[in-house]
Amino acid sequence: MNGANNMSDVNNMTDVSDLNGTANSMNGEQEHIFYARDLNIYYGDHHAVADVNLDIYSKEITAFIGPSGCGKTSVLRCYNRMNDLIPIAKVEGTLEYKGLNLYGSQIDPVEVRRRIGMVFQKPNPFPKSIYENVAYGPKVCGMSRNRSELDDIVERSLKRAALWDEVKGRLKSSAFGLSGGQQQRLCIARAIAVDPDVLLMDEPCSSLDPIATTRIEELMDGLKNDYTIIIVTHNMQQAARISDKTAFFTTEENAETGMRTGMLIEFDIAEKIFSNPNDERTENYVTGRFG
Amino acid sequence: MTTLEVKPSNDLSVDLTGKQSRRRKELFVHIVLAAAGAVSLIISILIIWSLLKEAWTFIFNVEWANVWSIGWFPRRGFYDVKTLIVATFITTGIAMAIATPLGLGAAIYLSEYASKRFRAIVKPILEILAGVPSVVIGFFALSWVAPQIVSRIGGSDGGSLMAAGIGVGILTIPLVASISEDSMRADPDSLREASSGLGARKRHTIFSVIIPASISGLVASFIVATSRAIGETMVVFLAGGAADTAIFTSSAYDGSLTMTAAMASLSSGTDSVVGEGLTFQSLFFVGLILFALTLVLNMIATRFVNKVRERY
Ligand SMILES: Nc1ncnc2c1ncn2[C@@H]1O[C@H](COP(=O)(O)OP(=O)(O)OP(=O)(O)O)[C@@H](O)[C@H]1O
Ligand SMILES: [Mg+2]
Repeated sequence: MNGANNMSDVNNMTDVSDLNGTANSMNGEQEHIFYARDLNIYYGDHHAVADVNLDIYSKEITAFIGPSGCGKTSVLRCYNRMNDLIPIAKVEGTLEYKGLNLYGSQIDPVEVRRRIGMVFQKPNPFPKSIYENVAYGPKVCGMSRNRSELDDIVERSLKRAALWDEVKGRLKSSAFGLSGGQQQRLCIARAIAVDPDVLLMDEPCSSLDPIATTRIEELMDGLKNDYTIIIVTHNMQQAARISDKTAFFTTEENAETGMRTGMLIEFDIAEKIFSNPNDERTENYVTGRFG
Repeated sequence: MTTLEVKPSNDLSVDLTGKQSRRRKELFVHIVLAAAGAVSLIISILIIWSLLKEAWTFIFNVEWANVWSIGWFPRRGFYDVKTLIVATFITTGIAMAIATPLGLGAAIYLSEYASKRFRAIVKPILEILAGVPSVVIGFFALSWVAPQIVSRIGGSDGGSLMAAGIGVGILTIPLVASISEDSMRADPDSLREASSGLGARKRHTIFSVIIPASISGLVASFIVATSRAIGETMVVFLAGGAADTAIFTSSAYDGSLTMTAAMASLSSGTDSVVGEGLTFQSLFFVGLILFALTLVLNMIATRFVNKVRERY
């Protein structure tokens, strides 16, 4: 990231109406929590995602949709600097969180991840008890050393994740004994236990049955009063149902290198994307017509 | 109403009998493999049987006062086994006190911190190191560890249990490192991501997630290394600071004989073990104790590993 350039970019950006990342159909009053300009992601020589300009709004659900390989996961992982864990990944451009440059030199990625939590595609509970899974975050963050306080956090988080009633009698048993859907809700409880600002969810329902999926969707609807949620999904109906705003990405093949680069095509309120998108590619994708 | 008619098939082009010769080959392979398995089983039984037979003679004929006396002087009829056991515990303890932290540290570094390239270079080197003949390490312990290290921490510059223990420790570091590293690397990256995603620092991820998740492998590496240390012969024989007799000692700075070293020295040399009395049989008695000790150790290990598994 080039800090000096970014600053001037921001200052010069007076007219943003033509940028793909500003939802066209919105009134300009709303407050954005993430601000991305010219975000580029590389894996080694592979230019995976090009020039993303995108604003994410506070206390809303934003869905990322698009064909496989278009870079939804890659972009999502920029928001909490999860890409730092991949040695060959490189992120360029401006990415601000509440006006702070997330990739600035003085930013500690660990602090970032405490505020911006993540739920992964495959449920990945720790090989610990249900209780220990939820208590892990507050413990390592130094939020609480006190046992009864921790008990409270665990109970509250499990309730918010709509899992409490199913597990309250067996908090000490292994998280691996839960079903896939329960494990995913446990992972959500674990993520909200540290009381983050934002929840990033990468296809959280892809390994779940319709009933478990419905539960998680209901859960997200309840969570959005307090959290900003960005969700990646391959399920059009899901995106249409739950998201306030939707971003559509796609890939294009580079004529010279033959490598595919992802890009943001359209970003708007969900209704618009799914009923009357501006771009033909978006329309083809959301209606199931390709090419 | 129609009745369903079933016609017998007369299709003779279908032949399911298969080739006789192929089936015979299959049987042959089966027999050869079964025989190979049987041979190794029979050899194990023979070893235990010969051990028991001679040890039995010792147990029934020895004067027990001599089995608990001033030291190990087998040719003079003093078979103080505790001398050997204590010496074995001392060398093994020193060895594990060295190999566990260093081996585990190396494993954590390689698995969690090192770059892919560094690991690709160092891991094979570690495995080569694990294959260094123990006689080389024994010689190194005697000629370098004793004068350079042991003499500086209050010991002599010749052979001692301390020098031998350090030598065995060096010998087992790669073993601990290699098995521990394998077991930590077997933990899926999704665990590391889950932990980092919650705002855990790397050291938290390692000590609160990765190590507990791979604990059975780590315990296994510790037990395997301990067994190796107890059974190690050449290093303690060369660097242990006693030739073929030893007075009882519980000090690591003294020279003494471990069980393995006592057995090695008894069965080597020109006069071999055609000593008087029960000298020959005492060798088997010590062997039996050694065998029982490792067996118990392995049982504890298995139980511990199972317990840890149950919890998760
Ligand atoms: N760790 C990685 N190393 C190398 N290349 C990667 C890595 N992760 C993603 N990529 C590449 O980046 C591009 C975008 O991948 P990404 O996972 O972001 O797509 P996606 O939209 O999430 O796809 P899907 O819908 O299949 O999950 C792909 O070409 C992929 O091969
Ligand atoms: Mg993805």
